[in-house]
Amino acid sequence: MKRFLVILLVLTSLPLLAGSSQAEFPEKAITYSIPFGPGGQSDLEARRQQPLLEKYLGVDVIVQYKPGGGGSVGWAELIKKKPTGYFISGINIPHIILQPLARGNAGYETEQLQPIAFFQATPIGLAVLKDSEFKSLSELTEYAKQNPGAVTCGGSGTWSGHHIAHLQFSKAAGITMTYIPESGAAKSIASFLGGHVQAVWANSNDLVQHEDKVRVLAFGSEKPFANMPDAPTFKSLGFDILASIDRGAGAPPGTPADRIQKLEEAFLKIATDPKIMEQMKRDGFVPLAMGSEESKAYIQKMRKAWEPVVKEFKK
Amino acid sequence: MLIDAALYGLLEVFIPSNMLFLFVGVFMGIVFGALPGLTATMGLALLVPFTFTMSPASGLIMLAGIYVGAMYGDAIPAILINTPGTPAAIATTFDGFPLSQKGMAQHALVAAAVASAFGSLVANLILAFAAPPLAKASLAFGPPEYFWLGIFGLTIISSLSAESMIKGFLAGTVGLLLSAVGMAPIGGDVRLTFGFPELQAGIALIVALIGFFCLPEILINVIGQRRATYTDKLIEPSLSVIGQVIKALFLHPILVFRSAIIGTIVGFAPGAGGNIASMVSYNEAKRWDKHPEEYGKGTIKGVAASEAANSAMAPGSLIPLLTLGIPGSPPAAVILGALMLHGMRPGADLFSIHAHVTFAFIMGLLVAAFMVSLIGSFGSFFFSRIINIPSRYLAPAIIFMTVLGSYAIRNNVLDIWIMFVFGIVGYVSSKLKFHPAPIVLGLILGPFIEEGLVQSMLAGRASGNVFAYMTLRPISLVLIALCVMSAVWPFFAKWKAVRRKEKEEQR
Repeated sequence: MKRFLVILLVLTSLPLLAGSSQAEFPEKAITYSIPFGPGGQSDLEARRQQPLLEKYLGVDVIVQYKPGGGGSVGWAELIKKKPTGYFISGINIPHIILQPLARGNAGYETEQLQPIAFFQATPIGLAVLKDSEFKSLSELTEYAKQNPGAVTCGGSGTWSGHHIAHLQFSKAAGITMTYIPESGAAKSIASFLGGHVQAVWANSNDLVQHEDKVRVLAFGSEKPFANMPDAPTFKSLGFDILASIDRGAGAPPGTPADRIQKLEEAFLKIATDPKIMEQMKRDGFVPLAMGSEESKAYIQKMRKAWEPVVKEFKK
Repeated sequence: MLIDAALYGLLEVFIPSNMLFLFVGVFMGIVFGALPGLTATMGLALLVPFTFTMSPASGLIMLAGIYVGAMYGDAIPAILINTPGTPAAIATTFDGFPLSQKGMAQHALVAAAVASAFGSLVANLILAFAAPPLAKASLAFGPPEYFWLGIFGLTIISSLSAESMIKGFLAGTVGLLLSAVGMAPIGGDVRLTFGFPELQAGIALIVALIGFFCLPEILINVIGQRRATYTDKLIEPSLSVIGQVIKALFLHPILVFRSAIIGTIVGFAPGAGGNIASMVSYNEAKRWDKHPEEYGKGTIKGVAASEAANSAMAPGSLIPLLTLGIPGSPPAAVILGALMLHGMRPGADLFSIHAHVTFAFIMGLLVAAFMVSLIGSFGSFFFSRIINIPSRYLAPAIIFMTVLGSYAIRNNVLDIWIMFVFGIVGYVSSKLKFHPAPIVLGLILGPFIEEGLVQSMLAGRASGNVFAYMTLRPISLVLIALCVMSAVWPFFAKWKAVRRKEKEEQR
């Protein structure tokens, strides 16, 4: 009886084993989870990729939403999924780094998310309205030095890319300004255009959209931002600050390397598609094509830069 | 010039293929609006990839259809099973469901369709011809204004709970407390999650709506009293009802018009959204009516007030979007995305370079409103019969839909459990004569009040005087006056009623 059972077990598992070694990944639909609500930038990006991913991978790609906690609910789900490559999720820097640092239990750890690729950067800029008295970054810092706390800077979220840039800059310039967070970039821009804050930390695409009304004092990018080449960067003004929202895709921990590679290829092919790059540039984004390994190194580098800032300001 | 562009837009909409897209959009919108858990935002987002392949005008016309359709569709479950399809239809349940129970579901459905169309019409005309100056006004809304708007919203509780104000405010407090669950909008602290990381997302409004509005109704009436059908009377739809309802609404032009204006105004304040529009409008309708006692017991006036406002909110929220590129509601955010993907940057360009596409979209919204009134009026024959299905089939089907809806909104299993817990709490509290509306109102307004207050404090401290910053602003002063008026009103109304009685007795 026992032997019979063993034989049965081996026989039934044979096709399974054979199947897994022979069949090409992917062979069924892939779920692409967006940890934000429908209509956000991460969603729009996924919708832009969806038809092309289907073309390159040869299977259906289902976009679904898992919003909440600024992304953390979606990433807490991602790390619990089976590492088969059939469930992937959008991942965003700095969110995936700052949340575990600032919150204690965010439901996931940064290292648990396996980056597949990063395809879009959104430099963060510090801007004022065109009719503002501050004509340059030095005028703003000068004023802030004489009037500690009096300058109000809007931004989206607490312990977000905008917030950390605000803290990094305040520290580097030796000034105190008041950060007023809004829940979401759209509200933050509205509050800024309405004159309810004196300056704003905003994403490059939003600044491009309102180009005619704003003066960007500095961008947090390495090189000058292509759409607004006249705006200086923090680096060019002597501040060692890189501030950007980067969008990518990630897989659960333990996903086999060959599967990550398959997905990475597809994402990078889309990211380097001239038509897609053109669209992104027009809308005020910087196209990226950062593979899995490169992304891991980038995440570690940024984490090193931010960890002390969070520790210092998080009481 | 403006008229030319408008006429050109209308021509674009009347191209047969675009008409078809619009019709499909409206129909999809009604379905997405009617199913709790599926929202207008999701319907729009799903469709965005398809609009890539269309011309910008056709794509936007179809999106217009979905948005307008969904703003009506949410009234259908609100009227039939006391479950608002989207949060914007909460106030529709107040009179819509009592009407259903009186066997007048068709009246309510037609009233909702006609009022929706009218609200849409008014708001669209405002959008087409007065958007730029209004957009400027919308920017004047800063943190203090949102705070006072939230407080004004809370005063609605006093008239929602005429029998016992203490119970109303207790329920409102529970709602405010529930709104604090999850991540703090400012400061990012995680609150009241009891160790569930999923709760960082907070409590989804629609889950609370399903739990508090839909489940208790099933538990009390269908299961508790073992009723064979959902309502006392079977519904016999007839063509004459359509005429009757339209005539009745024409006798209250001020009510419908006021509701449309309220909807537009609340819509163009960025971020306020339609959830408050219908409540505020319902409250004002009741306040200024000669027979406020009819409200809540089943009057088409209540349904019309709510639906005209929430449908007007949709074009209203597009005012800051099209002129400034600031989305006033989540669906507007998706439309912004679609515009950007077609290379159209919101702002002055939309009304000059891209004027023909913009007006095709606006006219699409307008024509969709008429389609809604037609589909709604004639569809009422079909929809209203749903309620005649025997409870033993209907109740399980509804429970199934509530589970599906609670899950679908965020793909979160915990939401199903939250919905059930709220259902049981709702059942117990309705036995204790607590109305669920103040709880939900607190849940909606909590974030406004909290964000508005904390931001005002931060900005006020930076300016040197918090109190002056929060009060000495024109819109804030108006809102404060409205709060005071609204809070005092119930006492005034009581005093007036007593005096009238005395006068009658003297005679």
